[in-house]
Amino acid sequence: MSELKELQDLVSQVRRDIVRMVHKVNSGHPGGSLGCTEFMVALYNETMDLKEGFDMNGIDEDLFFLSNGHISPLFYSVLARRGYFPVEELQTFRLLNSRLQGHPATHEGLPGVRIASGSLGQGLSVAIGAALAKKLNNDEHLVYSLHGDGELQEGQNWEAIMYAAGNKVDNVIATIDHNGQQIDGATSDVLPMGDLKKKFEAFGWDTLEIKNGNNLEEIIQGLKEAKQRTGKGKPVCVIMDTVMGHGVDFMMHTHAWHGKAPNDEQLEIALSQNPETLGDY
Amino acid sequence: MKKYIDQGKKDTRSGYGAGMTVLGRTNPKVVALCADLVGSLKIQEFINENPERFFQVGIAEANMMGIAAGLTIGGYIPFTGTFANFSTGRVYDQIRQSIAYSGKNVKICASHAGITLGEDGATHQILEDIGLMKMLPGMTVINPCDFNQTKAATIAIAEHEGPVYLRFGRPAVANFTPADQNFEIGKALLLNEGSDVTIVATGHLVWQSLIAAENLESKGISVEVINIHTIKPLDEEAIIKSVKKTGAIVTAEEHNYLGGLGESVARTLTTKYPVAQEFIATQDTFGESGTPDQLMEKYGLDNKAIEKAVLRVLKRKA
Repeated sequence: MSELKELQDLVSQVRRDIVRMVHKVNSGHPGGSLGCTEFMVALYNETMDLKEGFDMNGIDEDLFFLSNGHISPLFYSVLARRGYFPVEELQTFRLLNSRLQGHPATHEGLPGVRIASGSLGQGLSVAIGAALAKKLNNDEHLVYSLHGDGELQEGQNWEAIMYAAGNKVDNVIATIDHNGQQIDGATSDVLPMGDLKKKFEAFGWDTLEIKNGNNLEEIIQGLKEAKQRTGKGKPVCVIMDTVMGHGVDFMMHTHAWHGKAPNDEQLEIALSQNPETLGDY
Repeated sequence: MKKYIDQGKKDTRSGYGAGMTVLGRTNPKVVALCADLVGSLKIQEFINENPERFFQVGIAEANMMGIAAGLTIGGYIPFTGTFANFSTGRVYDQIRQSIAYSGKNVKICASHAGITLGEDGATHQILEDIGLMKMLPGMTVINPCDFNQTKAATIAIAEHEGPVYLRFGRPAVANFTPADQNFEIGKALLLNEGSDVTIVATGHLVWQSLIAAENLESKGISVEVINIHTIKPLDEEAIIKSVKKTGAIVTAEEHNYLGGLGESVARTLTTKYPVAQEFIATQDTFGESGTPDQLMEKYGLDNKAIEKAVLRVLKRKA
């Protein structure tokens, strides 16, 4: 059990990692990364039951699949800060010969990554497959996944959503990063998706909401609640309202920073809003 | 000419089903998935004997590929089953990212490949799948020739670590390879020794090539026949060894000439030992409705077409 203050410090440090990583290579996706920072910090350091070290099969531990792979800066920072690989390696993000590819990959053997993602809409199917393997192995641990809300426009998600409910895959917790933004603008403009909670429920999922997805306590509580709802015959969905770019004021409430790096001056502002707590890489 | 006896016509997809039955009994890590085509893929016996290791995903092939990738995480060896068209083109990006690039140990098993699917027509007759799959880094591509070989291949790929595309067909065809054969991935099989020309064939075209070779022999032409069940990795050594002797080659496949076995062979020969080559394959066209035999004849894939190609290549032989 981590103290809340420690998690807050980690959130601040991870945000620094994110903006520094994308700034250095002048590419990457800071908006969604910043918006999900509290979630992923809580997930990896509070919610999930994890073994020491990494093996691909992940038997007897919880698993996480990142479906919206473009928020790789966040994923890499959280993995490194959790001890999966040296924090110094974050400086190789998106560079030639790095294990930290633009989008997560298993190809280079980066510990903590179990599937490539980036081409959207594929992660939920994979999470369901891993959850089925857990059932076959009589492994009572859970499988978590994260998906962008815009990503739900990909049809494969709905195949997977239908499958999981129809087959009572009740050891999966799928979290939706509900920030209302995608590359071309607001999701409500690009392709309105209606009431996601009702949609998941209509497909047979037990669905709960986290109203402030940038509040650590609310996330921890919401995930605890989600965990309690597993094992009851229904897959569990968490719809988490977040603010894209959270923690860096000029990146918030806009899709403009979905896939754009800050310049030197903007980096300084971003860093000044997120104090160094655990040491920059 | 070495004699091969048809032990009785059988569909290669039943060879897949028979192989799955064996795997169900011998390898507890093997799981099967199917997208609403259990009857077509002949896996009912596997399902009856291992209901907990079977996943019916419905008509949702993209989801099936993702679930298969996920099942490997936990140590399982998933075999996906649907028609070749829906096993490849329909789900190419899912295979590319979640299976091939992710290096997952998934066996993509594809029935009703090629034009011999027959009456359903071009929507279901994929002639591009070998090309699609062989282009994926790390993917093994196998196209066995008959029931016995498909069964053996199914059993063999469970022991191979890494993604595999196993392609087989719908119609009953000659079953002429040994029932107890040991299937070695990537190892070409020399079916008949000859000195004038080499035929390298895959899938249903192997039997057609044997018929063609026999006819040609009666005309005084000595034909070497190679069954190349594995298209990737290609047994380059066996092909080069043969053409060093014969000096001419015909490749034969139930697939578009673009992207198929013939192109892989041509690439090997142009870089290592150039000889005249003729291609038995479809000519960058879609198929159509008809019986398998009618279609094989119309699209130039039967033994008569192979004979003609041999005569053509002999004229060009240096």
